[in-house]
Amino acid sequence: MIRVLKPGLLTTVQDLGRPGYQQYGIVVGGALDAFAARAANLIVGNDEGAAVLELAQTGPDLRFARDMIVAWCGADFDAKIGGESFPRDRAVRVAAGETVSFGFARSGLRAWLAVAGGIDVPLVMGSRSTYRRAGIGGHQGRPLAADDNLATGRASEWAQRILASLQAGARRATAWTVRPDTMGRPAPAGVVRALRGPEWDWFTVEAQLAFFRTTWKATREADRMGVRLDGPELALEKPREMISSSVNAGVVQVPPAGKPIVLLPSRQSVGGYPRLAAVVAVDLRRFTQLQPGDTVRFEEIPLAAAHALHLAREHDLNRARLGLARLTG
Amino acid sequence: MQITPLGDNALVLELGDVIDESTHLRVQKVWRALAAAPLPGVTELVPAYTTVTAFYDPLAAVRAGAPEGDIADWLGVKLRERIKDPPKSEKFKSRTVEIPVCYDAEFGPDLGLVAKQAKLTPEEVVKRHAKPEYLVYLVGFAPGFPYLGGLPKELRTPRHAKPRMAVPPGSVGIGGEQTGIYPLATPGGWNLIGRTPMKLFRPGEEPPVLLRAGDRVKFKAITREEFAKLEEAR
Repeated sequence: MIRVLKPGLLTTVQDLGRPGYQQYGIVVGGALDAFAARAANLIVGNDEGAAVLELAQTGPDLRFARDMIVAWCGADFDAKIGGESFPRDRAVRVAAGETVSFGFARSGLRAWLAVAGGIDVPLVMGSRSTYRRAGIGGHQGRPLAADDNLATGRASEWAQRILASLQAGARRATAWTVRPDTMGRPAPAGVVRALRGPEWDWFTVEAQLAFFRTTWKATREADRMGVRLDGPELALEKPREMISSSVNAGVVQVPPAGKPIVLLPSRQSVGGYPRLAAVVAVDLRRFTQLQPGDTVRFEEIPLAAAHALHLAREHDLNRARLGLARLTG
Repeated sequence: MQITPLGDNALVLELGDVIDESTHLRVQKVWRALAAAPLPGVTELVPAYTTVTAFYDPLAAVRAGAPEGDIADWLGVKLRERIKDPPKSEKFKSRTVEIPVCYDAEFGPDLGLVAKQAKLTPEEVVKRHAKPEYLVYLVGFAPGFPYLGGLPKELRTPRHAKPRMAVPPGSVGIGGEQTGIYPLATPGGWNLIGRTPMKLFRPGEEPPVLLRAGDRVKFKAITREEFAKLEEAR
């Protein structure tokens, strides 16, 4: 059992989302950086799709009722366990009665906290993800609030061995790490790779050039659905109404005012704005970490190169998975 | 049929460029052919007005035999083969669903506005709105929100320039040449002319929505008393 002492700014239960229901207008959602959530689950010996907590900007204070292995991945939070530092990207032991407090994100915006056994909330339409607008999933369909109690599932035998070994050595954390942000071939800081979108040809040549030349600035208009960027106006060749069609996480859509919006996993299932470009899946995590004023530049790559990046990152995660399986504690 | 990438894990199949019934039927046919049996690497299929989008997992596609350097083309071939030669599957039965609507002023704050621009009495607007059989072209925007085609021309009313912050669930609205029903309290710019006591979003049921793309809808005008009774019974 985990007790919420302070909820943080926007702490929600998330897993890998609710695919399969977009045809009914139901968003996919899930952890905004699903890869980070998968890595955190791997570190604590969970299935990759176990439910985790997503933290944003100001993290929660949580009190644990029993000894447990936990891990977090994502932005640089000032996390502490009973006053001691709580390092990221590795398995950490929390003792019964101890409080984990996340403080603020020093850089970046969001992190994902996995606990051995996963957060135990009911499955709704195949997922434990919080779907706030519909008031379903997660913990009672809403972000966490003070005094909430969260149940956890049964820790795997592997996790129990890791816990026993840390207890025996009176150690707080493992020496080994799993670092999702370094896996595959990450783009240089401030750069994200992107593909052309279905309506690329609708835009003026000037807009097409400006899109890849501009250093865009993240605005305050940002949530789990998307991030609006500030920069030059991107104009269409001629006024044109798009017939609503599918969108995807990473799609860069351009409303009539000409300022692009990068869609995140809690996007709607369909959209009616021209889709100029699409951020490649491995780089989408950058947009889950932007604070207002942070800048980003797009770099065009071919589709086959995007797939190569995806496969390389999956390969690295799989190597980590195999490495962890060989650990005995 | 053109196939266009939508990022590195989705392909859009383009099946037309107008909103009409024949395009809709083509979309439905392609969607059902693709959904009839699993396709290697494909994780989800989403139909819209003129498109079907196939979401995929590149790693699963490679494991199913796609060449690493050419995943999208390989998938494109599989999709085309399937559409050309779909497996036998149950025929989709389009249902006609009757939706009771109370058009009282309390629930339809914009009924007067719609009547004024149509140069009709509010009673006549209600009569004409409840007359046709509508087609659910698309479910989107919110869980279970149906975009209905078939609105009589004279009832077309432009959306509000400034959307309402919260439209009550069950509200029936007109947005341009379309009409629809808001399943949840969401912001919305459509002209509200009535409200249904029926639940359009039903989490936990399968399917979790009342209306699906391809269904037909008929509205039936009900009184405030009937509305209250149905709301209580649901």
